[in-house]
Amino acid sequence: MSYQPVRFYQTGTFTVGNRLLDEDDRSVQALPVRANSLTSGHRACQGCGEALGARYAIDAAVAATDRQVIAANATGCLEVFSTPYPQTSWQIPWIHSLFGNTAAVATGIAAALRIKGRSQVRVVAQGGDGGTTDIGFGCLSGMFERNDDVLYICYDNEAYMNTGVQRSSATPPAARTATTLPVGPEPGNVFGQGKNVPAIAMAHGIPYVATATVADLHDLEYKVKKAIGIRGAKYLHIFVPCPLGWGSASHDTIKLARLVKECGLFPVFEAEHGEVTGVAKIRKPIPVEDYLRPQRRYAHLFGKSPATETIAKIQAQADRNIRKFGLLADQGARP
Amino acid sequence: MSTVQHKPFAITLKVGSSLANKTGSWRTFRPVYLDRMPPCNHQCPAGENIQAWLFHAEEGNYEQAWRQIMADNPFPAIMGRVCYHTCESACNRGQVDQAVGINAVERFLGDQALKYGWAIEPGKPTGKKVLVVGAGPAGLSAAYHLARLGHAVTVHEASPKAGGMIRYGIPKYRMPREKLNAEIQRIQAMGVEIRLNTPVTDLRQTLEAGGFDACFLAVGLQQGQQVNIPQTGGLPVLDAISVLRAVELEEPVALHGHVVVNGGGNTAIDVARSAIRLGALSVTVVVRRGRDYMPAHPSEIREGLEEGMRLLNLRQITAIQDRTLTLEVMVPVEGGHIIRSGQTETIEADVLVQAFGQTGDFAALDQYPGLVIADGAVQVGPDLMTGAPGVLAGGDMIPWARNATAAIGLGKKAARHLDAWLRGERYQPRPKAEVADIGKLNTWYYSDAPRTVRPLLDVVRRTSGFAEVVGNLDEGNALFEARRCMSCGNCFECDNCYGVCPDNAVIKLGPGKRFRFNYDYCKGCGICAAECPCGAIKMVPEEI
Ligand SMILES: Cc1cc2nc3c(=O)[nH]c(=O)nc-3n(C[C@H](O)[C@H](O)[C@H](O)COP(=O)(O)OP(=O)(O)OC[C@H]3O[C@@H](n4cnc5c(N)ncnc54)[C@H](O)[C@@H]3O)c2cc1C
Ligand SMILES: Cc1ncc(C[n+]2csc(CCOP(=O)(O)OP(=O)(O)O)c2C)c(N)n1
Ligand code: SF4
Ligand code: SF4
Ligand code: SF4
Ligand SMILES: [Mg+2]
Repeated sequence: MSYQPVRFYQTGTFTVGNRLLDEDDRSVQALPVRANSLTSGHRACQGCGEALGARYAIDAAVAATDRQVIAANATGCLEVFSTPYPQTSWQIPWIHSLFGNTAAVATGIAAALRIKGRSQVRVVAQGGDGGTTDIGFGCLSGMFERNDDVLYICYDNEAYMNTGVQRSSATPPAARTATTLPVGPEPGNVFGQGKNVPAIAMAHGIPYVATATVADLHDLEYKVKKAIGIRGAKYLHIFVPCPLGWGSASHDTIKLARLVKECGLFPVFEAEHGEVTGVAKIRKPIPVEDYLRPQRRYAHLFGKSPATETIAKIQAQADRNIRKFGLLADQGARP
Repeated sequence: MSTVQHKPFAITLKVGSSLANKTGSWRTFRPVYLDRMPPCNHQCPAGENIQAWLFHAEEGNYEQAWRQIMADNPFPAIMGRVCYHTCESACNRGQVDQAVGINAVERFLGDQALKYGWAIEPGKPTGKKVLVVGAGPAGLSAAYHLARLGHAVTVHEASPKAGGMIRYGIPKYRMPREKLNAEIQRIQAMGVEIRLNTPVTDLRQTLEAGGFDACFLAVGLQQGQQVNIPQTGGLPVLDAISVLRAVELEEPVALHGHVVVNGGGNTAIDVARSAIRLGALSVTVVVRRGRDYMPAHPSEIREGLEEGMRLLNLRQITAIQDRTLTLEVMVPVEGGHIIRSGQTETIEADVLVQAFGQTGDFAALDQYPGLVIADGAVQVGPDLMTGAPGVLAGGDMIPWARNATAAIGLGKKAARHLDAWLRGERYQPRPKAEVADIGKLNTWYYSDAPRTVRPLLDVVRRTSGFAEVVGNLDEGNALFEARRCMSCGNCFECDNCYGVCPDNAVIKLGPGKRFRFNYDYCKGCGICAAECPCGAIKMVPEEI
C-alpha cells in the first residue's frame, strides 16, 4: 500500500471518512467543504464511475494546489455529460479540446503558464480510454517524451461509451461491445490485442505513473496529490466502471472496481521513472468469475454451457498480474 | 421591446451551472436513511440498545455510553459479569471474525461508573405509590425504572440482604459483593426504599396497609429441586439452592471430603466451584447427557475444569448405598437423546448435592382475587398484568426465560406498563425496526481486528478463595473492543454515502447530525445504499 493505512478504528481508512479518524486521515471527499469540482446536475448515467472518478481526482488536485488547477478535457462522456451547452458542471477553469489532442492542448496551457511565470497553477489533461489509448495516443506520447508539466488522467471504462459502446484498444478480451459482438468462434473482443498504456507510459521513463480505481479513494487521492506536486509528465490511469456499457447494475459500480482489483485483473500500482515503487495488495482474493459474472458484457461466458476455457484464459491473465506485481499479501514487492 | 444582450462572440444562450438541471427527476428508486435493529439489541433480554452505547464508547465517551445502558438496565457492573451475553452469539461481527466483546465492555463501563460515582436522578414525583415484592433483579429493575418515572417505590424483601439469586445463588468469585452492593445502593440513592427481612405474607393486607396504588411481584423461585434416588444409609443429600444460600450466609455447609454434584446446569457448576474453594478433597459433577448438551455455559465448565472439577458425562445416579453412588452409563443416540445402557459403575461420596432447578412458594399470593397460579408459575398477560388489576408480575416466577437479564428486562417492561396503567393509559411499545442482519451490511469496509480477551485469574489464586476470576479490560482495550462494533443498521458517520455519490446528492450535516439526501439531484443509482458499511440506507420505489 502506498499511503499509510490506519487500522483498528472500526473501518480504518477503508471508508471515505469516519468520525473516529483524525481530520488529516480522512479523505478530501469526506470534507464538508470539498470543492465538488464536478457538481450536481451533470447528465452522466445513474451510477457512472467516470463521473465519480473525475470528481475524486479533480477535487484531490484542487485540494492539493489550493484551487490552482486548469483542466483540458478530450471529447467523450465526461465532456459531454458535464458540459452540454450552455451549462457546465465544472467548477474549475476547464477547456474542451478535440477528441484526440487533449494532451497537446494541456502542454500548450502549461507552456503559457510557464511563460507568464504562473507555475503554481497546475495543469491536468483528462479523457476516456478511447481518447487516450487510441486517437490521442500520439499527442500523449509526445507529451511524455518532452516531459511536459502535465498530469494526464485516463478514465478507463474500457470502450467508446459516448458514441454507443464501441471497442477501444482498452477493451478487455471476451467483452461484448457494439463492435465485438458475442458471435462466431471467439465471441466478444479477441484475445491478444489492445494496449497497456500504463506500461507504455512507464517505458517513456516519465517521473510518475500510477493506476487506481474508484473503489479505493484514499489510494486514488494519495496518487493525485503526489502526481500534481511533481514537475514533468505524470500519468494516472483510473478504472471507472460504466453501468450502461458493461450492463451492470448502477449500484455495483464501486463493487466492480473493488472486485477487479481483488481478482488481480487490474493491478493497482505506482511507478517512478519506469520502476514500480508500490502495489496495492489484494485483501480478499477472489476468482475472476466473481468479477465477470455481474456484467452483461460477459453474459455469453455464463450461459447454459459456460465458456470455461475463456474464463480460464482470463483467470490466467489475472494470475500473471498477481505474479508479476506481487499482489498477494504474502508476496514481497516486485523485485 | 428588446433588450440588448452583451454576450461573447458565438454565445447565444445564457450560460450557467448544471445545477439548473434537476436530475432527481430521473429517479425510480429513492435512497432513505433508516435505523435498523442491530441483532445484538434484538437479542438482548434486557432490551439494551447495545449499538448505541458502543457508539459512545467508541469515542471514549464512557459516561454517555453508561447512561445509554442505564436507560434500559440499571446493573451494567452486574450484567458485565453474570449475563449469559446471548447478544454476542447474535453479533454480526461473529460472521466476519469474532463477535464483539459486548459483555466485557459493559462491565468496564459499569465499573467505571462505580469508580467515578456517576448517578441517575429520579423523575419528577407523580404522587403514586408502588409496592415491589422481592429485591431480586426483576424487582430492583422495576423499582429503578419506576423511580425514574417519578413514582414512590417501596420494596419488601424477605432476606437479610437485597439482590435475590444474584446474591444468594451466584457465588462471589463470579459476582463480587461490593459491586452488587454498590449498584443496589445507587438505586436506593434515587429514593427507592428497600425493607429487608420483610416477607410479604398476605399481599392484600400489605397493599392496603401501605396505601399502594399498584404492585409488582418478583418473588422468584426460592426452593431447590431434587430428584428421587433410592437411598440406604445416611449420606447427606442437599439441594444446590440451600447450599449456595448457606455459603453466602456463611452458615456451616457440609461440603467436605468427596463432593458429588448431580446436574449439568450453571447451578451445578456454581456448587462445584464453590466446593473447590471451600476445600473439598474432590469435586465430581455427574451429568446425564454429553458435554455439548449441558445447559451450563461453556466458559463456566471450562473454568471449573481448570480449577480441578471432575466432569462425568453420560452417567446417571441410580442408587445411594452409604458412601457409594451407583452410576448407570448412558448412551447418546440420534438427535442429542440418550438411552440407558444397563452397565453401571460406582464412585465414593461424602456428600451429594442435587441441582435440578427451582420451584416457587406463592402462599402470600394464594388468596389474592384474580391472581392465577398454574404449572408452578404466576400467569400474566402480555403486559405482565396478572388477573388482578394493577398487580403485575415478572422474573423467575412467571413462565418466561429464567435468567438475571430476562428478569431485568421484565422489570423494565413492568415499570412501563405500570406507569401507563397508573395514568389510566395503555403502554404502546414502539414497533420494532427490521433487523440489520449480515446480508444488509457491506463488511468489506471493516478493518480486520481480532477480539480482546479478558484476563483470567491464576488457577492457584482462584481455588484458594472467592476472589473474582474474570478480570476487567483496561481503558485501552475497552476502546479497541468497542471500536470493533460494526454499528449494524445505524449510521456511524463514516462519510461513505457522502463520498461515493456520483451526483453530490448527499448533504453532510456535521458531527452527530448525520446526512441528508438532496433529492433534487439524486438519480437513484443505489451506490450509497450498496456501499454503506452498516446497512443504514434503503432503496425504496419512487411513487411515479
Ligand atoms: C445458582 C444460580 C446461578 C445463576 N447464575 C446466573 C447467571 O450467571 N446469569 C444469569 O443471568 N442468571 C443466573 N441465574 C438465574 C438468575 O439468578 C435468576 O433468573 C434471577 O435472579 C431471577 O430474578 P427474580 O428477581 O425473578 O428472582 P430472585 O432473584 O429469585 O429474587 C426474588 C427475591 O424475592 C424475595 N422474596 C421471595 N418471596 C418473598 C416474599 N414473600 N416477600 C418478600 N420477598 C420475597 C427473595 O428473597 C428474593 O430476594 C442463576 C440462578 C441460580 C440459582
Ligand atoms: C475525431 C473524432 N472522432 C470521433 C469522434 C466521436 N466520438 C466522440 S466521443 C467518442 C468516444 C469516446 O470514447 P472514450 O474516449 O473511451 O470516452 P468515454 O465516452 O468512453 O468516456 C467518439 C468516438 C469525435 N468526437 N472526434
Ligand atoms: S457488530 Fe456491533 S451492532 Fe453489530 S451485532 Fe455486533 S455489537 Fe451489535
Ligand atoms: S455510509 Fe456511513 S455515513 Fe452514510 S449512512 Fe452509512 S454509516 Fe452513515
Ligand atoms: S449514490 Fe447519490 S444518486 Fe445514487 S442513490 Fe445515492 S444519493 Fe442517489
Ligand atoms: Mg471509454
